[in-house]
Amino acid sequence: MTELAAYLALVLVGFLPNEVWRWLGVAFARGLEEDSEIVVWVRAVATATLAAVIAKLTIFAPGSLAEVPLAVRLGAVATGLLAFMLIRRSVLAGVIAGELALIAGALLFGA
Amino acid sequence: MPPPSEPPILTTGAAFLAGLRAAWSSVFSYVLFGTYIGIGALAHDFGFGLAWAMVSTVLVWAGPAQVILISGLGAGAAHLEVAIAVSLSGVRLLPMVVALLPLIKTPATRTWQLVLPAHFTAISMWVESLRLAPKVARENRVAFCNGLGVGLMASAVTATAVGFGLAARLPTLLTAGLLFLTPVSFLVSTARNARMLVDRLALALGLAVGPAFAFGQVEFDVLWTGVVAGTAAYGAHRLREALR
Repeated sequence: MTELAAYLALVLVGFLPNEVWRWLGVAFARGLEEDSEIVVWVRAVATATLAAVIAKLTIFAPGSLAEVPLAVRLGAVATGLLAFMLIRRSVLAGVIAGELALIAGALLFGA
Repeated sequence: MPPPSEPPILTTGAAFLAGLRAAWSSVFSYVLFGTYIGIGALAHDFGFGLAWAMVSTVLVWAGPAQVILISGLGAGAAHLEVAIAVSLSGVRLLPMVVALLPLIKTPATRTWQLVLPAHFTAISMWVESLRLAPKVARENRVAFCNGLGVGLMASAVTATAVGFGLAARLPTLLTAGLLFLTPVSFLVSTARNARMLVDRLALALGLAVGPAFAFGQVEFDVLWTGVVAGTAAYGAHRLREALR
């Protein structure tokens, strides 16, 4: 691929197909109030979509993460959530605990 | 006890800077840094240029879409096929933008002023905006969110370059840990933001329904999970309101 073709592909194949949803979001959000029922519902849909992405990234892990056993990945996610709830609802504490659990599990049970 | 005071109205520049500062102190600056080291390395391994990789982070600004784009184009897949896969991964941005914009605009906000915050909308920025914007004067929220977006993006673009440079020298366990940053940080930060019952239910139901749909090989499983679990959570919320 030439330099120009690579950038053209970036815009046509990467940027536009992704960005169109943001532009549609701008159009749909016109006239909506923050506390309207439809915004509460849309936020619930967005949150549930995010939950599905999280579950998918954990269970059907990409790249080298797939080499870590599934049980270790699930245990590490649970550890992160538990640490978050126990340690002052700190996101950082949750992320660090989850990462440590993942690495410890991978070392113990094979990565 | 005095009533909670209204946040002061700042100049646009000061609100933007407040957003930048919020980005630096956000755990997502570090999470994105780790995640984008992986994406930079991926771009290198598939033969893209450093500048291309950095521009892709600025333009696409969505981790999953970039992974699909880089691995798809790099492997020589048909452009149309890659564009469709990228677009499917981006649908989730629509409800996120629709949920965010009403929170940050005023009656005087013009539509074109919302295009930039909409572009910055990605899971990291969305989660942090929903948490922080209510603490900012409404007049300042667009500028604040732009500052937050620029700050988070700066971290990601820097990491794209760092990962590009490090590529191939990263041990497997480290890249596994970097890839794990995304699910664990999304889960914990979404749990932190879910203060209303409807949001907690949507999170819990999505975590349960998502894998069920994925294992059941439902087409567009992520989108269906969002609609089904999100609507169920909203229905439970309405039912509870009605019974009160």
